[in-house]
Amino acid sequence: MVLREKHAIMDEMGMKRALTRIAHEIIEKNKGVDNVAVIGIRRRGGPLAQRLALRIEDIEGIKIPVGILDITLYRDDLTTLAQQPQVHRTEVNFDINGKRLVLVDDVLYTGRTVRAALDALIDLGRPECIQLAVLIDRGHRELPIKADFIGKNVPTSRQENIEVYVKELDGKDGVVIQEIIDS
Amino acid sequence: MKLERKDLLGLRDLSREETELILNTAIPMKDVICRDIKKVPTLRGKAMVTVFYENSTRTRTSFELAGKYLSADTVNLSISTSSVQKGESLRDTIKTIEVMGFDLMVMRHAMSGTPHYVARNTRMRVINAGDGANEHPTQALLDMYTIKEKKGTLEGLKVAIVGDILHSRVARSNIYGLSKFGCDIRVVGPATLMPPGLEKLGVKSYYSLDEAINGVDVINILRIQRERQVSGLFPSLDEYAQLYMLSPRTLARAKDDVLVLHPGPINRGVEISSELADSAQALINEQVTNGVAIRMALLFLMMGGGRDEITY
Amino acid sequence: MRLLIKGGRLIDPLNHIDLIQDLLVEDGKIRSRGYQLDDSGCEIIDASGKIVCPGFIDIHVHLREPGFEYKEDIASGTRAAACGGFTTICCMPNTEPVIDNEAVVGFVKEKARKVGVVKVLPVGSISKKQAGLELSEIAELAAAGCVAISDDGKPVMKANIMRNALDYAKMFGLPVLSHCEDLNLVNGGLMNEGYYSTIYGLRGIPTAAEEVMLARDIILARLTGGHLHICHASTAGSMMLVRQAKAEGLKVSCEVTPHHLTLSDEIIDGYDADTKVNPPLRSEEHLLALREALLDGTVDCIATDHAPHHFEAKDCEYELAAWGISGLETAVAVIMDKLVRPGLLDIKDMVRLFTTGPAWVMGLDKGSLGEGKPADITIIDPEMVKTVDPRTFKSKGKNTPFKGMELQGWPCMTLVNGVLVAQNGEIVLDI
Repeated sequence: MVLREKHAIMDEMGMKRALTRIAHEIIEKNKGVDNVAVIGIRRRGGPLAQRLALRIEDIEGIKIPVGILDITLYRDDLTTLAQQPQVHRTEVNFDINGKRLVLVDDVLYTGRTVRAALDALIDLGRPECIQLAVLIDRGHRELPIKADFIGKNVPTSRQENIEVYVKELDGKDGVVIQEIIDS
Repeated sequence: MKLERKDLLGLRDLSREETELILNTAIPMKDVICRDIKKVPTLRGKAMVTVFYENSTRTRTSFELAGKYLSADTVNLSISTSSVQKGESLRDTIKTIEVMGFDLMVMRHAMSGTPHYVARNTRMRVINAGDGANEHPTQALLDMYTIKEKKGTLEGLKVAIVGDILHSRVARSNIYGLSKFGCDIRVVGPATLMPPGLEKLGVKSYYSLDEAINGVDVINILRIQRERQVSGLFPSLDEYAQLYMLSPRTLARAKDDVLVLHPGPINRGVEISSELADSAQALINEQVTNGVAIRMALLFLMMGGGRDEITY
Repeated sequence: MRLLIKGGRLIDPLNHIDLIQDLLVEDGKIRSRGYQLDDSGCEIIDASGKIVCPGFIDIHVHLREPGFEYKEDIASGTRAAACGGFTTICCMPNTEPVIDNEAVVGFVKEKARKVGVVKVLPVGSISKKQAGLELSEIAELAAAGCVAISDDGKPVMKANIMRNALDYAKMFGLPVLSHCEDLNLVNGGLMNEGYYSTIYGLRGIPTAAEEVMLARDIILARLTGGHLHICHASTAGSMMLVRQAKAEGLKVSCEVTPHHLTLSDEIIDGYDADTKVNPPLRSEEHLLALREALLDGTVDCIATDHAPHHFEAKDCEYELAAWGISGLETAVAVIMDKLVRPGLLDIKDMVRLFTTGPAWVMGLDKGSLGEGKPADITIIDPEMVKTVDPRTFKSKGKNTPFKGMELQGWPCMTLVNGVLVAQNGEIVLDI
């Protein structure tokens, strides 16, 4: 797949502001964070979840549990992928039973990743509720899934690709839109 | 990185990268089997069959459970040698199994090379669950996983394998596997149970248990088969135990934190003393748990999609 | 009927001939040779660039008939021989019934006369039913036309039976062909014992299993003065023992097979049962020792130990697979490509090992292009390149580890009694 960068949607500051706003919304919606935990979907949901937890701690002064979810074993597209994805560990080192969970991912697109993540989470226990936070919602849902917290809505065509960069993995922060010129 | 092969027949021709991939994939698999809900939907709609021409409880159960935890449909076929004698050829048996629609076959056979023969003659993927005196790759992989989990690395460890090296597929697979990681491998046992040419594999042979285990990090003890004594390869089990039984006393020359492995089932008082078998140093039960994780990793890597199946 | 074979390189080791000359055949016999012979009224074979030799002799062939016609029969086996460049073959007695009496000898000879395309000389068994317990009626076998006795396929485990066989057979001038294998040392082994048996996890057969028996038989040859011939010798130790026995002046001869000269046990990787043969393929050092022994006269002849099997007997578990290689149709090309072409064996030596060598072992008046001799002739095309394809074999046995190998130097014409029977791997004269 050959991609060409079209333009930047968010820079470092933009990402920071979006996450701060989402942190406030999480606190508001859950009336505090007493029973809240965030779980990021591997890979870029992980660092985003970490940052949300820090932001919440800044605001509320409370450390909330953070986990990372690997959804490979729950994907519905394994047989159609050209490359088999590598399985990584799910690192949720707290009991999710009765917790108010906020699932975190970078981009919400078809909704299939979130579907897999919900199945994966439910195999770990029975949370009180699961909410969804995403940095970018680009539309084109294929499943009845909707985000509770959105950094930015970006209307896209299917010929485009949204790439989120995070410092922890990519050395820089930012979101760009790319055009698929040759698949 | 993926497993670039239709079958897993042995560790001899497996690359270090492939070996690492299997060991690393087993880590999240072990997480799954340590959960309350020990099941993931990954291999829904895949079917596997275990075909054992030789008795085994733990290996077969382990494969079966691994398949079930990954949601594959798993069928066990025990084929007694008597039905073989009734005249159905292996080729016909395999064809029958294949047309039932299985994606993967796990095979154990008393005759070396039989899984290789089967793999050449079927579209099913084949995992060797032990063939004669040749290889038992999943046992060695689970041994390596267990060692790595405890020691953090395999690199450069000193490993002694004790017992009937000549007839042991566990020994061969461990030698092939561990040598990819620069381990210092020693084997020890009576001269009559020592195969020729080991030095060409970079393995040092010893007749003295004391010398062989001097300073080692890991001791892998092989099960001694009573038939070997009957066929005259050593005089008595008593004399064997005198020379080669591992016990807290004979273990003294090894490192203090030495790990003791045994593929099971154990002969208490022959190759391992009860006291040692029941001690914290012996990882016999952990090996069994890790065996399920290793087999889940392999089943995932071999049936979990991501490849153009048509090319096989 | 006159036939002129023109312009070929004639190699006749017995008469010390290696010349580019014409060879004239008349009424099935060698008439004369010379330069630019008059070709008027002759059928002509253009042999320029080819090697014209006395008909090749293979003293170790399993024709399987009677009893195992699904593996091979006299018709198919002799066709395979003709296509492989052989004009005379000796067939082993491990048939069903065993060639241990006059009636079976008669059957084989009669069948060969009717349906065979090359000359077939039967070998009788040493012991009744090859059971290794009582001697066969060797006088009767000799009278019926057996050229040797052998229990090949299995060893004569009882030393006294072997001693008596050597003693008794010498009265009739018959060589005793010994399959040297101590079954106690073989102990269920499946391949040569060594590094590769360790690697492949197959039970090993020590070289000692052959050598212990071979040493015993040499000692018995010394005791009896009988002619001991060692079948399919495969180890360096065997070569040493035969060399010593010959130096001592004992009547000991030996054969080696093309596969033991050219393939090592490494190729068993993958467990293809076509590599399973007895004695087993040995390690590299033994290959080299056999090649050395070819040159110094320790080895008297090359023999194929042609052992055809039904495909099902090879398409199975390695341990259960039958032993043996279908060798008639590859022997000459294998030796040409692997030994002659790289300069490891002179072509004249090769011809000797396929002609005068085996003739001497069996006491046959064969293997030369001398005037008046039957015109059994093998013509080799040293340039012909072909890939071994068992599906084209005339033998029913497709079991060969040489399959898929591209070889250069093939027998291109085989003449028996002056009649062309095979050409370029096809039978041209059928009967």
